[in-house]
Amino acid sequence: MEAVEKLAFTIEQFYAFVKGRRIMAAKCTKCEAIMLPPRFVCKACRSTNLKWVELEGRGKLLTYTIINVAPSRFQRLAPYVVGIVQLKDGPNLLGMIRGVKPEEVRIGMDLIVDFEPPEGGAWPAWPRYYFKPA
Amino acid sequence: MKGKPLASIASAGLSKFGRRDGLYARELFLEAVNEAVERCPNVDLRKDVQALFVGHMGESYEHQGHTGPTLADWAGLLPAPAVRVEAACASSGVALRLGILAIASGLFNVVMVGGVEKMTHRTTAEAVEFLAMASDFPFEQWHGVTFPGLFALMATAHMNKYGTTEEQMALVAVKNHRNGSLNPKAHFQREVTLEEALASRVVAWPLKLYDCCPISDGAGCLILTKPELAKRFTDEPVHIVGSGQASDSIGVYEREEFTSLAAAKEAARQAYETAGLSPKDVQIAEVHDCFTIAEIIAYEDLGFCKPGEGGRLVEEGITALNGSMPVNTSGGLKAKGHPVGATGVAQAYEICLQLTGQAGRRQVEGVNVGLTHNVGGSGATAVVNIYKRG
Ligand SMILES: [Zn+2]
Repeated sequence: MEAVEKLAFTIEQFYAFVKGRRIMAAKCTKCEAIMLPPRFVCKACRSTNLKWVELEGRGKLLTYTIINVAPSRFQRLAPYVVGIVQLKDGPNLLGMIRGVKPEEVRIGMDLIVDFEPPEGGAWPAWPRYYFKPA
Repeated sequence: MKGKPLASIASAGLSKFGRRDGLYARELFLEAVNEAVERCPNVDLRKDVQALFVGHMGESYEHQGHTGPTLADWAGLLPAPAVRVEAACASSGVALRLGILAIASGLFNVVMVGGVEKMTHRTTAEAVEFLAMASDFPFEQWHGVTFPGLFALMATAHMNKYGTTEEQMALVAVKNHRNGSLNPKAHFQREVTLEEALASRVVAWPLKLYDCCPISDGAGCLILTKPELAKRFTDEPVHIVGSGQASDSIGVYEREEFTSLAAAKEAARQAYETAGLSPKDVQIAEVHDCFTIAEIIAYEDLGFCKPGEGGRLVEEGITALNGSMPVNTSGGLKAKGHPVGATGVAQAYEICLQLTGQAGRRQVEGVNVGLTHNVGGSGATAVVNIYKRG
């Protein structure tokens, strides 16, 4: 973990962790605030004493939509569900919801994060996470 | 200080909204400027106008940056300083706000405020891609949510929390199309039925095509001056008596709730406070109905009703043209159109027409106090202004 502690609290590093199938957030050691996406200055108290914490990736669906008209890069997936999930560890995260029929998605349902294999390609080439029923 | 005008609108102009083939943004802007000058023969643009603040969201549409001085040139304002403002769909709302601050500072006697966007010459896919830039890239766009999708997330949450229905949202479209049918400058000048709206294809459930505003071309322009100078330019000035602006996180997912816009509530609070007025004093409003749910949420954020009652307000006809609190008499973004950079100023234009009795077939009788509510993106920017007949 010592190596992890030295990694910058940046969006780029967040996605580097996603590549390793982990959802990592920055936690302020002064006020305990958890920041997702990470920032290198605490949003609540401006402290720079932070540490990486791994989130469990489980949570409840707060709200969702079914995207029928999709941007070109997601067209092959439409219609697909996108939702905002409140993670058990606190923060919210937006992602696609897979493994459940769109008409069966319900607010409040229990979800767990999973990861797509990294695609590479042009900038920013970030890997993607998504949610599925727990 | 309370209720004392911050600035006055000496004149206003608006281009026709809609599909304006063969015209560039600067030419649409000139069309709006021309109307403002025709309405106000006493203004000498080159001599009187000391600065231009102009809203314009995207340089991608016309492959054109550095739009401030370009538009100042076309308007005939050189060598006046020009500032182009980008705040997504609130670009010209913020430009107007800067104009108000410039006048209220005492440093300027007369400024021009404008807004323009030329969008329809690009494919819908391109326009949608450019518009999506108003949402968060790494945590929203990257995960497949579209711009309508972000408002759909709010709609689902609103339906779940308050029982708001798809019918109530569709009724916003029906109302605004009816108003648009009375506005010769509107993009869509035809009525739609509730059945048509509900049967339109799904864009991002629960939002359907008729819940979404169109992609439009258009421009608007206002000439602002000090309240004590207003009569030099016009017999019928409109005073801006309250003004507020606020910011929120760009990511919808980061917010504490999805059924209201914190920035809009804060901007409204500031506007009411500076005006020394309350929501019940407002007689007419132009609100940011980029999607029908946004108009319902606007009623609540502006205090026209309690949280959760927005759907009922449109259902009961309270916000219809003949209701007790007409909203979006112009047709709103939904029917008048939404050339994003022009919208904030276009809202003020409609309030000016209504307060000075020039709104033609959609004129509401006896209105003295109006309000505009302009939202940038999914709510990271909001501007609210309150106007009084001079
Ligand atoms: Zn802290």
